[in-house]
Amino acid sequence: MNILVCIKQVPDTESQIKIDSGGKGIQTADIKWVMNPYDEFGVEEALRIKEKTGGKVTVIGVGPQRVVESLRTALAMGADEAIHVDDPAADGGDALATARVLAGSVKDVPFDLIFCGQRAVDDDNAQVGAALSELLQIPLLSVITKVEISDDKAKVKVQRPVEGATWVFEAPLPALITTQKGLNEPRYASLPGIMKAKKKPLSAKKLGDLGLSPDQAGLQGSKLTIKGLTPPPERKAGKIIEGETAQEKGTILVKLLREEAKII
Amino acid sequence: MDFSLTMEQEILRKSVRDFAEKEIKPKARELDEREEFSYETCRAMGELGLFGMFVSEEYAGQGLDYISYIIAVEEIARIDGSHAATIAAGNSLGIGPLYYYGNEEQKRKYLPKLCSGEMLWGFGLTEPNAGSDAGNTQTQAVLDGNEWVINGSKIFITNASTDITAGVTVLARTGIREAGKKELSCILVETGTRGFEARPMHGKLMWRASNTSELYFDDCRVPEDNRLGPQGEGFHQMLGTLDGGRLSIGAMGLGGAQGCFEMARRYATQRVQFGKPIASFQVNSFKLADMAMEIELARLLLYKACWLRDNHKPYAKEAAMAKLYCSEVMYRCANHAVQLHGGYGLMKEYDVERFYRDQKLLEIGEGTSEIQRLVISRLIGVI
Ligand SMILES: Cc1cc2nc3c(=O)[nH]c(=O)nc-3n(C[C@H](O)[C@H](O)[C@H](O)COP(=O)(O)OP(=O)(O)OC[C@H]3O[C@@H](n4cnc5c(N)ncnc54)[C@H](O)[C@@H]3O)c2cc1C
Repeated sequence: MNILVCIKQVPDTESQIKIDSGGKGIQTADIKWVMNPYDEFGVEEALRIKEKTGGKVTVIGVGPQRVVESLRTALAMGADEAIHVDDPAADGGDALATARVLAGSVKDVPFDLIFCGQRAVDDDNAQVGAALSELLQIPLLSVITKVEISDDKAKVKVQRPVEGATWVFEAPLPALITTQKGLNEPRYASLPGIMKAKKKPLSAKKLGDLGLSPDQAGLQGSKLTIKGLTPPPERKAGKIIEGETAQEKGTILVKLLREEAKII
Repeated sequence: MDFSLTMEQEILRKSVRDFAEKEIKPKARELDEREEFSYETCRAMGELGLFGMFVSEEYAGQGLDYISYIIAVEEIARIDGSHAATIAAGNSLGIGPLYYYGNEEQKRKYLPKLCSGEMLWGFGLTEPNAGSDAGNTQTQAVLDGNEWVINGSKIFITNASTDITAGVTVLARTGIREAGKKELSCILVETGTRGFEARPMHGKLMWRASNTSELYFDDCRVPEDNRLGPQGEGFHQMLGTLDGGRLSIGAMGLGGAQGCFEMARRYATQRVQFGKPIASFQVNSFKLADMAMEIELARLLLYKACWLRDNHKPYAKEAAMAKLYCSEVMYRCANHAVQLHGGYGLMKEYDVERFYRDQKLLEIGEGTSEIQRLVISRLIGVI
């Protein structure tokens, strides 16, 4: 099976996010960049399927030079090849523009299955996977926690958790799956894996190579514009309730919830 | 000048850091409490590739440079000293001498299983009467036909009495040179050889989840071919091994200091007294500033020493300086970190308590701080 995994590089969740002077972006100087955690689930699942059925795992990333580190990390985990769309004109697009770039980058690559994260932890848009499946005209299976390939490798059966229940879907391949937490526990890039990754193919593409013009991609090709960013309100310090007995503390808690927090 | 690490080194750091946080951190406190060496985490470290990092792929190593190895030790030490000790001793003291001084047959026989982490190997240098004065080794090996007969004992030997220890390298007297000087050689002794016993030592203050042993040799016979390198080269081999080993102890100091700093910063910015986070009191913020500065300096010195080694330049002086400085930086950082935690820092519930204890070994093992100052004094030509 040929499996593609789309990878976005996002700020490490430990990074301190500060809004830049323009008010529409974030300061990137001190940020550590990592692979979107949901995309790690995708890489892991693709590798597990490959280990069972054979085939090839190709990872695709769009963005500046730093994105290569995330692609190499996926190669170190065990992916076979990487495609890097390294073109300023492809960066900063909305979900649709980004999906167009991804669709363009897979136009000459055979695939049976594509993984995207259900969302990227930076802008939480949760749309690229859906847009890509639409552009490629293949079934979309979103927010998935279990993937099973049929013995004849023609179909995929998946599970999506919903409030208190599990939804089971089946679709013919090729299909696109967006990953949810719980799908798997991604492996670490092992040290021998990191060394092997150095020698694996990574091809850099420009928009032209994908058959796209600048007005179809990146900022220019976006229908969405960011008007402004505001930081979340600062969290107030917590309060520890003092008291001799649990009963006494309980009474104070109820009083505070009613009179101060006004939620009961 | 270029201070940047390669992309592979950055990926390695991230991977080892994630591993340490997810696989070691949840268990470290309990293993320390129970004074237990974990075969489970040891196997996982082996699978990640943490043994045989600088060994070439030909002998099933990872073929990495020394700085990569040091980054890996640093990241494990940021989470737990005992696990970092298993890795640092496993690589620098166990695998190192076999790889650098072993003959082809010895390397083929032992390295693959040591590099996968399936087996461990000890390095027996220290004796009850030969600590800092390692040249005063009493353990004796006498050639009888085509066998060495070894008698003597060793103490404080890391990784030497686990269930997966394959053997030890032993420094022994093998004769007298002209002018009455001792001739020292290294000899390999496999676990299970008659007359050889390795006993775990208990009751340690620090590195409680790392394996430390006493070794006893009682008419222990091994083939003559078990000698490591030429006869009489033992002392040089030991000095060479310790130069590299010092870098890994430096990495433990650096990583441990980093761990202390992060715990202290987190706690001091969250703990409120007198209505303010305690970090906002200048006496405390200055402690954190000093820690950050000294960690930066320690890293520069240690990485430079590794760079010298990787570029085949003399590095013994810088290695001794890095070992000494990194250990002392961790000493100060652990001290500040506990101070900033107040009473909580003295409780086992807080990891900083373990870091405070684990730090002390770094000023003693692989040459005490006094011995490092002696080595540096010699290398700058003043004694
Ligand atoms: C947990 C642990 C693991 C270890 N692992 C290993 C291992 O794997 N292999 C191995 O061979 N050894 C190992 N060691 C031994 C370690 O290297 C020695 O403990 C160390 O070298 C110091 O020797 P000593 O304990 O005999 O102290 P001593 O040499 O007796 O030193 C006592 C004090 O005297 C000072 N001193 C001694 N000589 C001088 C001098 N000339 N000038 C100034 N001061 C001096 C020392 O600095 C120290 O402060 C380990 C030790 C520990 C605790």
